[in-house]
Amino acid sequence: MALDKATVARIAILARIKLPRSEQEHLARELSAILGWIEQLAEVDTAGVEPMSSVVAMRLPMREDEVTDGDCRDKILANAPAAAHGFFTVPKVVE
Amino acid sequence: MGALTDLTIAEARDGLAAKQFSAREMTEAYIAAMAAARPLNAFLVETPERALVMAAASDARIARGAALPMEGMPLAIKDLFCTEGVLTTAGSRILERFMPPYESTVTAKLWQAGAVMLGKVNMDEFAMGSSTVTCAHGPVESPWRRPGDNRPLVPGGSSGGSAAAVAARAAIAATGTDTGGSIRQPASFCGIVGLKPTYGRCSRWGIVAFASSLDQAGPMTRSVRDAAIMLKAMAGHDPKDSTSAPQPVPDFEAALTGDIRGLRIGIPREYRLDGMPGEIEALWQRGIEWIKDAGAKPVEISLKLTKYALPAYYIIAPAEASSNLARYDGVRFGLRVPGQSLDEMYENTRAAGFGAEVRRRILIGTYVLSAGYYDAYYLKAQRLRTLIARDFAAAFERCDALLTPTAPSAAFAIGEKQDDPIAMYLNDVFTVPVNLAGLPGLSVPAGLSRDGLPLGLQVIGRAFDEATVLRVGGIIERAAAFTAKPAFPAGGG
Repeated sequence: MALDKATVARIAILARIKLPRSEQEHLARELSAILGWIEQLAEVDTAGVEPMSSVVAMRLPMREDEVTDGDCRDKILANAPAAAHGFFTVPKVVE
Repeated sequence: MGALTDLTIAEARDGLAAKQFSAREMTEAYIAAMAAARPLNAFLVETPERALVMAAASDARIARGAALPMEGMPLAIKDLFCTEGVLTTAGSRILERFMPPYESTVTAKLWQAGAVMLGKVNMDEFAMGSSTVTCAHGPVESPWRRPGDNRPLVPGGSSGGSAAAVAARAAIAATGTDTGGSIRQPASFCGIVGLKPTYGRCSRWGIVAFASSLDQAGPMTRSVRDAAIMLKAMAGHDPKDSTSAPQPVPDFEAALTGDIRGLRIGIPREYRLDGMPGEIEALWQRGIEWIKDAGAKPVEISLKLTKYALPAYYIIAPAEASSNLARYDGVRFGLRVPGQSLDEMYENTRAAGFGAEVRRRILIGTYVLSAGYYDAYYLKAQRLRTLIARDFAAAFERCDALLTPTAPSAAFAIGEKQDDPIAMYLNDVFTVPVNLAGLPGLSVPAGLSRDGLPLGLQVIGRAFDEATVLRVGGIIERAAAFTAKPAFPAGGG
């Protein structure tokens, strides 16, 4: 399937990646080529086949619901690009 | 005895035990080799002080007769592994200042086994690539050159820094990760051994995630025996990774009996690609002769969906990547580029922080997961995955291991294939199906191309049967007697 510039712009918004207008056409071409190549999968009949989300043939293990980690606020905040008073900070979201 | 940096792990272990040299001497030799290898751009961070402290601890344990399995072995660590207090960037600008407050399970296990950390090595950004060219920190050069041709070659990828460091004798071994071939293809390109274990064999905890249902860590070494030794140290159940398998870890080294008599080795006919270079086909034939000479029986098998593995992979891996990489939002860690609003801050940060290939894959992943396309692409690919895994399961009813080429070509020059994503993706045509099925795969150097560059053969095994994979790999290694060395460092260091 060929992606047009508008679709590329829409998925860039969904992915939260700023995409200059000047790159839309180039990227639309590139992604269309990849999707075109991927579409050969349609040749294979997969009706009734279970989708595989993991090769690990086991149920996810359960554990006791207890605290096993924590008390490391400052270590975590040390990598934050902006922090204040023991919190992450973001641009103002409420007027 | 030659240079300390020419020894394998097994040889160095013997030398340390016999007190022929100390762990400190070996680490000093590697610190010098690592510095000499800087033109390759393999190491992003060198940690010589830490290495010397760790080597001193190794010498103390050796002195009191308490040597550990990886005692004193100086390792390069792929920059995808979080290392406490040592910069971990995943080859990306978006993590350019990330200092992990914790250690990955796999590296922690290696240090507990006595290994020494030399530094962190370069890679394709977020492990997305087959050339180690898509790094925020510039491309890695292979230590190999075509004779009479000085153009720099790619080391393969994404674990290209690991492969280059090991091949250039700048580390005795390295950690790698493999989502679609990122250990095996660079091992093939650089003339070293690379093992992707069974999915679940090594903990993924503390490894920067790319595609969680496919990612697996493994050893990159200069011999099959070394891969066996190092895998044992890396492997094991970890409650912190819910997909880590509660399986016992066998003594892989003891599996290297040199005896493969009676084993049935599958030769998948669909791996004979149109347009594949004759030298790859010839190498594969030699490999089949070697296993026959050793008393195993080649069995022609069919993996009929082979050609669909790559396109299925290029739905599943980008889909998982787009979810995993959503965490890079400029809030909790990594780069932040300001914006007028929260959304604009996200968009600016991710545009500036991710390189072209990562952006491409996030966009593909976002698209195939988006409303209206999920069934047609993502579920379709997951159904293909089931069928591909079934093909392998059927093959393993008739054979004990499979033998294939590792990659469809030798290394290419830096800059080649950069304009055509699909040409680059085809590097992984023989390795990707193994990840989709979660199986172990080993690349062993088996010969040289007409251009004088290394070529590997791949051994694929049943889930959790790395022992047989290594045993067969050991036979290939012995028969191939691969002794060629890269041009760098000149004169073999």
